[in-house]
Amino acid sequence: MNKGVASGIMEALWGWPPPVLDPAGPYASSVTTLAWALFAMGVLVTGIVVAALYVAIRGPERWRRKLGGEKAVWIGGIAFPAVVLTGLLIWGLALTASLTEPITGREARVRVTGEMWWFRVEYLDPAGRVIVRDANELHLPLDRPVVLELRSADVVHSIWIPHLSGKMDMVPGRINQLRVEASRTGRFGGVCAEYCGGPHALMGFVTEVHEAANYDRWLAAQAARQAGAVAPGATPGEPAAVARDPQVPERYDPARGWALFRDTGCAACHRIAGTEANGLAGPDLTHVGSRLSLGAGILPNHRGTMMGWIADSQSIKPGNRMPSYDRLSAEELGHIAAFLEAQK
Amino acid sequence: MRHVAVAALLTVAACKPPPDDRTSLPADAAERGKAVIERVSCGSCHAIPGVDWPRGGAGPSLEGFDDVGLIAGALPNTPGNLAAFVRDAPATKPGSTMPPMPITPAEAQDVAAYLYGMKDE
Repeated sequence: MNKGVASGIMEALWGWPPPVLDPAGPYASSVTTLAWALFAMGVLVTGIVVAALYVAIRGPERWRRKLGGEKAVWIGGIAFPAVVLTGLLIWGLALTASLTEPITGREARVRVTGEMWWFRVEYLDPAGRVIVRDANELHLPLDRPVVLELRSADVVHSIWIPHLSGKMDMVPGRINQLRVEASRTGRFGGVCAEYCGGPHALMGFVTEVHEAANYDRWLAAQAARQAGAVAPGATPGEPAAVARDPQVPERYDPARGWALFRDTGCAACHRIAGTEANGLAGPDLTHVGSRLSLGAGILPNHRGTMMGWIADSQSIKPGNRMPSYDRLSAEELGHIAAFLEAQK
Repeated sequence: MRHVAVAALLTVAACKPPPDDRTSLPADAAERGKAVIERVSCGSCHAIPGVDWPRGGAGPSLEGFDDVGLIAGALPNTPGNLAAFVRDAPATKPGSTMPPMPITPAEAQDVAAYLYGMKDE
């Protein structure tokens, strides 16, 4: 991953090589191969046409007569395109056959729901039960196909991880399935690729591909955290380590942050597993402290961005459905941020 | 009378402009500083000239910051103070509500260079 790129959206759309030409999985890689082959063919044919044009205008008399003859039309206008296009079609279909590989039902499943303007992500067990609720982040195992069960809660969205696959619409009232597989570990950006109103351009997510064993461990840990009961009112998790000078003592108190989180209305829209915060309207915050981005793939995740987002998310992502909590003091924001950082 | 005026004019013309240490910071430092600002997203809280998005409203706008006398109303606005402040504000100005930033001291100097180099007047 490009070190200078902090957000999922930036990573999906910028960088070199361009993410669409930098496949990290079998599906994207066959499409990329096909795209390069078609581009090469396009260059070749353009070259032939330009050469023929040159001959027609400036070429020797004998060549010009040949070019204008009926034979040239039969060969260059009919036989050549017929053979080349048929060959390309057959090769292309064979190459992309894996794109339509049937879903066996044995793949791991992740339900991704498009919401205005973020992605709800739920990991399912083989029986189809939700074991981990998360948001704006997709974790995948290396070299193992995963089926994304795509839904929408409101309008048509579209999910696109340029490094891994093509786009697939998320249509209200319908479940689309997208098979993805990654052949390289790393972090890849994703975006909503269908205009969905308001801050559509700021609706993204981050995909992280882990070694299969690490993925299994990660999923088991997340599932255990989500299933584990935390006494109501208690602060789940430990205060997080933040990149800061150790000589400055932590001045913010996660326990106060939890009280504020509960009492200022955060809990009405956000869920934290095992606590009385069980709102479902907004992203699940059970693991927000370990998230790679904030605001749906748009900001890096650290205390500064967390405080800035809570205080004034409306100037960062105008029109998003979380109000700016500008009536909270900076101290209160600090307490809440310290609490959220501890939610790993 | 005319001689006096000419002499006065010459005297003024001979004055060198005051040395300006702030703008003599290396240009590539400012460029690196901007990359750091975008990476850690200082814009989540501050409107910063040259940064189109985000322009958060939680912290003060940094328009015209290079002309501000005191950082956060407390510290003399010098490159050293500014670099220390953007990296770990509470340690530099006790009581500051700006959180410490995940950047190295060298990166903090680059950020300071960018903030001084902004030409937004």
